[in-house]
Amino acid sequence: MVGTLVLEQTLNGLQYGVMLFLMAAGLTLVFGIMNLVNLAHGSFYMVGAYLATALTERTGSFVLGVALALPATLLVGVVVEIVALRTLYERDHLDQVLATFGLILFFNELVAIIWGRAAIFTSVPPFLSGHFRLLPGLPYPTYRAAIILVGAVVAVLLWLLVTRTRLGMRIRAGASNRTMVAALGVDIRLLYTLVFGLGAALAGLAGAMAGPVYSVQPGMGEGILIQVFVVIVIGGIGSIRGAIVGAIVVGMADTLGRAFLKPMLATMISPPAADKAGPALASMSIYLLMAAVLFFRPEGLFPARSRS
Amino acid sequence: MAETLLAARALRKHFGGLLASDGIDLDVARGETHAVIGPNGAGKTTLIGQLAGDLRPDSGSIRFDDQDVTRLDSPLRARRGLVRSFQVTSIFRNFSALDNVTLAVQAHSGHSFRFWRPARTESALREPARAALDAVGLGKRADVRAASLAHGEQRQLEIAMALATEPRLLLLDEPVAGMGPEESQRMVRFLATLKGRVTIVLVEHDMDAVFTLADRISVMVYGRIIATGTPAEIRGNEQVRRAYLGEDQA
Amino acid sequence: MEISRRTIVLAAGCLVLALVPPVAALTNQPFYLDLFRRMMIFAIAAVSLDLILGYGGMVSFGHAAYLGIGAYAVGIPAYHGIENGPLQWALAVGVSAAVALVIGAISLRTSGVAFIMITLAFAQMLYYLGISLETYGGDNGMRLASRSRFGGLIDLRQPAVFYYVVLAILIGLLALGRRLVDSRFGMVIRAAKSNEPRARAIGFSPFRYKLTAFAIAGGAGGLAGALLANQTEYLTPDFMHWTRSGEIMFMVILGGMGTLFGPVVGAVALLLLEDVLSALTEHWQIILGPILVLVVLFAKRGLFGLLVGAEAGDG
Repeated sequence: MVGTLVLEQTLNGLQYGVMLFLMAAGLTLVFGIMNLVNLAHGSFYMVGAYLATALTERTGSFVLGVALALPATLLVGVVVEIVALRTLYERDHLDQVLATFGLILFFNELVAIIWGRAAIFTSVPPFLSGHFRLLPGLPYPTYRAAIILVGAVVAVLLWLLVTRTRLGMRIRAGASNRTMVAALGVDIRLLYTLVFGLGAALAGLAGAMAGPVYSVQPGMGEGILIQVFVVIVIGGIGSIRGAIVGAIVVGMADTLGRAFLKPMLATMISPPAADKAGPALASMSIYLLMAAVLFFRPEGLFPARSRS
Repeated sequence: MAETLLAARALRKHFGGLLASDGIDLDVARGETHAVIGPNGAGKTTLIGQLAGDLRPDSGSIRFDDQDVTRLDSPLRARRGLVRSFQVTSIFRNFSALDNVTLAVQAHSGHSFRFWRPARTESALREPARAALDAVGLGKRADVRAASLAHGEQRQLEIAMALATEPRLLLLDEPVAGMGPEESQRMVRFLATLKGRVTIVLVEHDMDAVFTLADRISVMVYGRIIATGTPAEIRGNEQVRRAYLGEDQA
Repeated sequence: MEISRRTIVLAAGCLVLALVPPVAALTNQPFYLDLFRRMMIFAIAAVSLDLILGYGGMVSFGHAAYLGIGAYAVGIPAYHGIENGPLQWALAVGVSAAVALVIGAISLRTSGVAFIMITLAFAQMLYYLGISLETYGGDNGMRLASRSRFGGLIDLRQPAVFYYVVLAILIGLLALGRRLVDSRFGMVIRAAKSNEPRARAIGFSPFRYKLTAFAIAGGAGGLAGALLANQTEYLTPDFMHWTRSGEIMFMVILGGMGTLFGPVVGAVALLLLEDVLSALTEHWQIILGPILVLVVLFAKRGLFGLLVGAEAGDG
């Protein structure tokens, strides 16, 4: 049934969107508040995946593995921020891009040393495996549904944090005027470290959940990272709302494109040609989307306060 | 009255909730030196920005030499002779003073799709640049890196660059800002030599400079021009006194 | 006549490079000829990037795409039996420049981080395009059917001949580049990098000049790609991967951006470093990564600046 197929792929798009959102939220906050371009954000995704896998094996429980991977990744993020990134806040974006690029190389090799280069396939935990009946005639993988649920919960929690707590208020204040906030006695450095750690933890969560769906291997962060940048460019830098919308848009475009572009093209051109053109176009589509957004509305769909 | 060189009509500009320009009409006659004064936040720099082409007015029009330039961006206006200087010093810091002015000359010497000959060897560019530097008194500092010049010298450099473009109308945004008394006087004396040859629109806080140089003065408050007239008329204007000059001034 | 330190360094460098083939032959170490030739090819790529990055301030994170285009401009015709060198290389330069023109026309409407991201995205698009070309190896890539053929004495299958061709191109590019950056065109580009609002205020419309520079750099990158395909005799879409763009950017920074000669030093240094490190351990990237971080944090002026004791370039 085409209808159920489309619905299923739409849900998959939503699930992928959740992963993108978890990563985009951290990246957009770090960029919006600290004006830091962090190419190594994908490395936290990777580290989260590896840590969750290792901890699951150690503790025998998937939930425990993921739950422990979060603070662990946060710790890694904090260490990276203190050791390597503090001096970069003052530097221009080129320096930040290059320095964090160096970090990517470092982390990719680090996990290769510890866990080897071969891809690790983790299995879905038994209590989340299998399908459930979402609708009559539409069984949907339980695990993917769980990811969507987790994403929704995190989005709500994040929104509450940023709009309803003192910390969130400080974050937003720090974004608009960092010297003033520092003058008022708020420890700006601590704030930055916290925000960075939070971003890393969110990326780690995405990575931890990604294990059973995608494979875990060195360099897994970079592929998704570029799409995350597309998300925040489309959504608007510094904006959580933009990250949500952008993630859903990109997640849908990518998943639906992959699923349907090939058969759609096959109706118009020859199947062998569609076979080659389909996946290529699907991958390219989100970049074309980003190019279009940058062309017509360079500040994104939901820009946070404009930075001078 | 002499022919109008620059005419702004009903300029409106919002920045978020702030109305920086609230229906501004301005006529600048050919050859006159026209000062725009007003308290901080009156919207003077926004006005200059719109006249120069860096800011698009939300509505209204700007005519330069009887041609509508409202849609033209600042490089196009600059090439037509409508040139601005900046309130905060803005120069090419890592180039020498001479290179800075040479670039200004180059911008007005046809296109720059020349790929072979070093631009620094073109005397057609160098000579006018040197002349402009000499005119503002920076001749001896021609080869100094612009970033190493004193602040006042940098302001002079900006004027030299503006002059080198052979402007028909100069928009000067606080030319003596940040200058000590001696430097200011030198700058004012220099600007006085331009009177009549170059039409000048001058935004300034320094009242000595304004009353020395201006043929006419427009007073801006809260995004509107509340009075335009000769210096004497403005000094005597009750409304202006209250709004800006203060009872104990002039 | 006073000879500047700079001239000495440049002359020495030239001499060293020119002597590599005979020395390699005498010491029976053909590996070094290959290594230096590879370094020079990347130097060409780095110099082409310096034109827009160092002098123009355009942080293009997708420069490797042009190397890929250039490589495939050699590989695809060769696959179909067309081995004509001049044709292939003209194609490499032409197509790269044309693609750069298109990418630039869109990207240059943005600036800052958006520009970095959009150039990155375009490069990724081309990378995926390369992967989708099943006929030409897809993501495994393909062997180069034969090196580009030129007439007469130029036989690229002779290692030393190929070496001197690359050296000649490198020197030629540096000479042309030098002229370019001091010309009127170059001055506009450099002024726009130094202070774009100022450049506009004096009457320059920078976009057309930046776009032209972008296309020139792309074309030169394409030539580097054509050389690279001949060098490795194997081409894959990996040539275009964004991490390769990062590497080339590092060569520019490491050597000293905005100096033209700096990137040559940077290419040599980075490739030597990679070579030395990979001999030490298969996990050499774990050492290279932090080195790159340290270079960015502490040695922005670049190696060339240290060598000639110069003040900063156009930076």
